[in-house]
Amino acid sequence: MRTSYVPAAVSMLPWRMLFVVIALGFAGVLGLYSAAGGSLMPWAVTHAIRFTVFLGLALVLARFRAQTFHDYAFFAYAGGIALLILTLMLGVIGGGARSWLELGFIRIQPSELMKPIIVLVLARFYAHVPPAEIRRFSAIWPVAVFLGPPIFLILLQPDLGTTMLIVLNTIALMFLAGLPLRLFIGSGLAVAAALPVVYSFLLPHQKERVMIFLNPEQDPLGAGYHLHQSKIAIGSGGIFGKGFLNGTQSHLSYLPEQHTDFIFSAIAEEWGLVGGCVLIFLFFLLLRWGMGVALEAKNRFERLAAAGLTLTIFFYIAVNLMMVMGLAPVVGIPLPLVSYGGSAMLTVMICLGLLMSIDRHNRRDRQKL
Amino acid sequence: MRRRPRPIVTENSQVFTFTRRAMVLGGAQGVLSAVLAARMGWIAIAENERYQLLSESNRVQMRLIPPRRGWIVDRAGQPIAVNRSDFRVDIIPDRLKDEDRIIAELTALLELPPDEVDRIKGELKRAAGYQPVPVAENLPFEKYAAVTVRLPELPGVAPLRSFSRFYPDGAAVAHLIGYVGTPNKEEYEKEGKSPLLITPGFKIGKEGIEKTAEQRLRGRPGAQRVEVTASGKLVRELTTLQDVSGKPLPLTVDAGLQTFAARRLGDESGSVVVLDCLTGDILALASMPAYDPNSFTDGISQNEWKMLSQDERKPLLNKALNGLYPPGSTFKPMVAMALLQAGIDPKARVNCPGGFQLGNRFFRCLGRHGGMNMHTAIAKSCNTYFYAMGRRAGIDIISAMGKRLGFGEKFDIPVVSQNYGTMPSAPWKKMRFEKNPKLIERPDWTESDTLNTSIGQGFVIVNPLQLAVMSGRIASGLDIQPNLIRRNRPPPAPLPYPKEHFDAVRGGMWEVVNGAGTAGASKLELPGIQMGGKTGTAQVRRITGSQRGQSGAWKYRDHGLFVCFAPTDNPRYACSVVIEHGMGGARAAAPVAKDVLTYLFDKPKALEALARFEQQWGGTLAERMEARAKRWLAAKAAEQGTGSAPTAADR
Repeated sequence: MRTSYVPAAVSMLPWRMLFVVIALGFAGVLGLYSAAGGSLMPWAVTHAIRFTVFLGLALVLARFRAQTFHDYAFFAYAGGIALLILTLMLGVIGGGARSWLELGFIRIQPSELMKPIIVLVLARFYAHVPPAEIRRFSAIWPVAVFLGPPIFLILLQPDLGTTMLIVLNTIALMFLAGLPLRLFIGSGLAVAAALPVVYSFLLPHQKERVMIFLNPEQDPLGAGYHLHQSKIAIGSGGIFGKGFLNGTQSHLSYLPEQHTDFIFSAIAEEWGLVGGCVLIFLFFLLLRWGMGVALEAKNRFERLAAAGLTLTIFFYIAVNLMMVMGLAPVVGIPLPLVSYGGSAMLTVMICLGLLMSIDRHNRRDRQKL
Repeated sequence: MRRRPRPIVTENSQVFTFTRRAMVLGGAQGVLSAVLAARMGWIAIAENERYQLLSESNRVQMRLIPPRRGWIVDRAGQPIAVNRSDFRVDIIPDRLKDEDRIIAELTALLELPPDEVDRIKGELKRAAGYQPVPVAENLPFEKYAAVTVRLPELPGVAPLRSFSRFYPDGAAVAHLIGYVGTPNKEEYEKEGKSPLLITPGFKIGKEGIEKTAEQRLRGRPGAQRVEVTASGKLVRELTTLQDVSGKPLPLTVDAGLQTFAARRLGDESGSVVVLDCLTGDILALASMPAYDPNSFTDGISQNEWKMLSQDERKPLLNKALNGLYPPGSTFKPMVAMALLQAGIDPKARVNCPGGFQLGNRFFRCLGRHGGMNMHTAIAKSCNTYFYAMGRRAGIDIISAMGKRLGFGEKFDIPVVSQNYGTMPSAPWKKMRFEKNPKLIERPDWTESDTLNTSIGQGFVIVNPLQLAVMSGRIASGLDIQPNLIRRNRPPPAPLPYPKEHFDAVRGGMWEVVNGAGTAGASKLELPGIQMGGKTGTAQVRRITGSQRGQSGAWKYRDHGLFVCFAPTDNPRYACSVVIEHGMGGARAAAPVAKDVLTYLFDKPKALEALARFEQQWGGTLAERMEARAKRWLAAKAAEQGTGSAPTAADR
């Protein structure tokens, strides 16, 4: 495999996965170029630059040993909490929530950074729980301790969407860590049983929101507008789409948030079912690679971290795509790597960097054998 | 508690659990990907047609192009009402958000006066959501562009390039032509909620000929398929179906004469009607004072409306058709025709000792005329002659002749309303008494009723158009019907009276102006052209003591009337002039008639005379109207106190 004229650091990179990531980023550039009415400004260029910089950052992260992340997980955690507190004090308000921190040269969203950090912390915790203890209560309550402060701080912003993703991610990680199955089945059933009761306690406008999710056509100009226009965009695209730069829903601004949360609909309008399925398939390949890394990992920390990080990426994609197709309520979650916006891309790139680091460890071990 | 032993967990079994559970989650990811792809396929293939339609209906909008309104032109084709290309701004109340902010911004951008802002706010309150409320019309391009540029921040504001109605002669044609305006709720519903009526910039006739000839003037709207953005901004036009503009409407009116007559009335309250006495064509139908129809087009401000409706000279009333007056002595030519019809010899004499004794009541004449025949009685306007002869002829024959010559008649002309007054008769009085006993003392016709009718007082009331028709029918001997729209009509039939009768009456009317008559001062100063006429002075209230309506408050003074025709040797034009509270026909009305008829034969001469008058009055019609509006606002401001005085004065 190794040829003498390519340095090991380069040839050892997971090129197939990098190709997938670059293809997704390029799809984003094309979508944003079209969304701006066939112009590189204001989105496409910025997106391309960010993508390159963050991919570079991911490759740098990949050079660290996985063990390093294990060792520094709690430092990162402490740093993350500090940033969250700072955000509450000095943060910039955007979209009704105080979730942005202005650092002069860049604006970051510390709650996003917290996602991979929490995965690392939990992975490290479960790596240290002795196998005999895993079915005990002592394997559960510390999770609440780790999760408590960041969740509390993020809810104060308030950012319900990020909180939900972190909780989902944590539950998935606990499932992988080997906690008894009945816990998940039992609480799942309990939540399902409680839903009608919870619904009856909801305020009228909250009930209305649920009803709109269940029947979006009932108010296509009001609360259901986003979803309605998104479905029109996807549906009118048909199999092969209206053609690049020919989307009417996006170019005439009927599709809201077409450069961020609804970029998938904008792309599907122009590239059709074919284009949309290619995107879904690319994401599937990326996730399959992540889960593959997790399955091959050599120790418990790396296994759990790799799976947790892959799931972090997965939840982004799943919630966004379900949302634009009307399978989930409209919550503001972008499509990673494709949507315009730095924070989600940074988070995903950090996840990918860590995954590559673990992957490198896997392969090195393989070669030693 | 524990039913089965806790399974032993080792590191190996933990790896196995992880692998198994990771496979489950990985599988779930795969399944979800498949579900998403399937869902997308469903939307994009199975529901493709429906969403394509929705996408098209998003993208493409039909827009109506309001048709250009047909011109109104005079008998020579000179325009009376035209369309001017115009930049305008409307508000669609339905799409309006944050009303106060937007009105404030428009006020700043368009420099709207406070009066207009009040009007807009008032109309917005009353408007039914879909009806556009005009903000401003005839904007200079810079202001229009300023609004267009800020459109994204001004939801509900619709700038538009369209056509607006323009009346070059302004107030002079106001009552004749009427005006146009934005359709109101009732009009919109009456036309089955036609979308054309709520298209911004579309106007319908609200008064006068603009209203009665609406269907002909309107034309057919065009349509345009346009691509629009979500915020309603036009991207491009796809297909356009041109509008069909309304047909021009030629009137019988002579625009120059109409304007001259209106201007010649000056500041008096009154009317001038000129007919072609061979065809019945109405050449002028002027009523003054009037409003400026141009200021009605973009909605009238409250102040303007108040000023018009509170004016005692009633600028909103078309006096030529809706003003009713006792005809006074202008009635006498018709009565003379009746006397001749009754077989009375025009040479028969009646002695005038200053009045006529009927039973124990003495009916006054204006002078002691001595021996009078028909010719001199018309010339001197001797009441005694008409009392005596009218009594001899009887009411039946007078009433029949009155109706034959146009009194009490409603003419077939396209106007919004005409008040046709009363030509009294014995059956009429009886019916009137039965309907309302309070108005009339007794049901039976009395001889004193006949006497009053003979001199055009008592129950008789007429409108100025009827006076002109009477004059025209006597002048030509033809049964003319007044006509306002130029078209081919059969020539009028002659009236069934002998030529000698007409000659006798026309002779008396010639004497009025050209001989020893009441209107000698108003003789036409044209070589070879003479006019015949009859003056009239109508009492506004009963004579009390010595005060004969010749002094005192304006509104109690007598009306001055004059009917005439010219040239006397070959009558062509007939005319009536009514000057409200002008105190006398010879004094107030006849000079106006003289100048109006002069205009028909010698324009420069008439215009020269008018120029002299306008200099005396203090400016042209438009200038004087503006000055009057200023005075009114200043007076109003003074009434309200000092607070709003400066703003009102600015206007």
